[in-house]
Amino acid sequence: MTRRSRSAIVALLLAASAIAGCAPGPQTVTLTIHYSEFDITQISVPRGVPVTFILVNEDPIDHEWLIGDDTFHDQHRTGTHAVHDEVPTEVTVPALSTARTTITFAEAGDLAYICHLPSHEAYGMVGVLTVEG
Amino acid sequence: MRRPWLSLMAAAAALLVSAAPALACGGLIGPNGAVNLLRTTTFAGYHDGVEHYVTAFEFAGGGGAFGSITPLPGIPTNVERGGDWTLQRLVRETDPVPEAAAFAASDDAQRLAGEAEVLLETTIDALDITILRGGGDEVGLWAKNHGFSLPPDAPEVLDFYADRSPIFMAAAFDAAAAAERGQAIGDGTPVHLTIPTDNPWVPLRILGLGKAAAETVEADVYLLTDAKPSLLPNAGAFAESDGLLLDHSAAASDALLADLRSDVGMEWIPDEAWLTKVVVDVTAGDLDFDLAIDASGAGKPSMIDAGYAPFRPNPAPGAPVALYLLLAAATVVAVPVAASRMGKAGGGRPLVGA
Repeated sequence: MTRRSRSAIVALLLAASAIAGCAPGPQTVTLTIHYSEFDITQISVPRGVPVTFILVNEDPIDHEWLIGDDTFHDQHRTGTHAVHDEVPTEVTVPALSTARTTITFAEAGDLAYICHLPSHEAYGMVGVLTVEG
Repeated sequence: MRRPWLSLMAAAAALLVSAAPALACGGLIGPNGAVNLLRTTTFAGYHDGVEHYVTAFEFAGGGGAFGSITPLPGIPTNVERGGDWTLQRLVRETDPVPEAAAFAASDDAQRLAGEAEVLLETTIDALDITILRGGGDEVGLWAKNHGFSLPPDAPEVLDFYADRSPIFMAAAFDAAAAAERGQAIGDGTPVHLTIPTDNPWVPLRILGLGKAAAETVEADVYLLTDAKPSLLPNAGAFAESDGLLLDHSAAASDALLADLRSDVGMEWIPDEAWLTKVVVDVTAGDLDFDLAIDASGAGKPSMIDAGYAPFRPNPAPGAPVALYLLLAAATVVAVPVAASRMGKAGGGRPLVGA
């Protein structure tokens, strides 16, 4: 399955309940990191619903999954935090490990998730999450 | 010319890094993740089924610690300080204008779960050298746990090599220690590895480790073989688009062989040989291959060794077996030893390809 098709499926699954008018329950998204790439780079989730992200790092190096707006990422591009483990939107995923975080997005719009370890963003570790209104 | 033996000499790049400790043979990644590879020089000789690999780690000033990880074609039987002038003499031979230990048994008890196996450890000057055996994940994890800051392309590149040869050399270079030892800027520490193997192979892709796709990789690879070798890519007729130039191909002069033989640890140099120099000048994005060498005279350099064909763990009977001789180039990891973990602004050992 290609990355694009997986992205589309994730978006459809997560948005389906909201579109159908159902009260959406907790959502789960599994993101796998392999060779310093996110396997999904487009995600859509409903607003106001807890979404649990399961972050699987298959690489022997550490990665990060930081999600936020442009201002958030500008700060992290020059940040010095070695490890992120206290804020749900800022997660360090150690080498060959799995991390989990749960976030409820209060506002609709687009956010980016990026690994801000040196050179990782430039290498392509960037994705977009759309919060559906 | 009588060619009773096969000798291979590979010279890969000399690494000159401004305002930072420099490692020869590979790409250097600084604390901020930037790569500062200039050029490396490495020598590899092949004789009687044994690879002799000499590369130099050059101190270019600055502080902090740097390191390298080099894929190897086999397990070295010896790692020692190299001769004093071998690399310089090779450069002089091909350039009209010259430019200027015993192993300790490894302690497996120290090995953490999932890490590569430590086969050999030794120290040469300010270099701590470790020979590792493991897959890409295992070697990467060992490097991470020992302070190396691997760049984001490292997982794929380590797998690229580990699928063919699970042997790597990690070298940690502490510039501060070098300065304390009185090493002046420009002083190099040559390292000589003796590696039994069946056919030469020079890793080139590793030279692009940590570099942006548009960045240029430059290296010189010297080969000394019994006969004129067959090379892949392009087996001795490199196209300009490959980023490889066959810069020198001729019988080695008696004077060169005599000079090399007179250096420390180089008594194995034979009486006759063919000298080849390949210049690498290519963008990192295009450097997705290695240099396969058939030094046997059969004229069939391995597609697998060149990285063009997938590794086949169980070749059919009679099929040519890919053998990795030496890797002239390696993965150099700049490693700020003091940092326990790579922070946003750096920390951890920068990775250098050698």
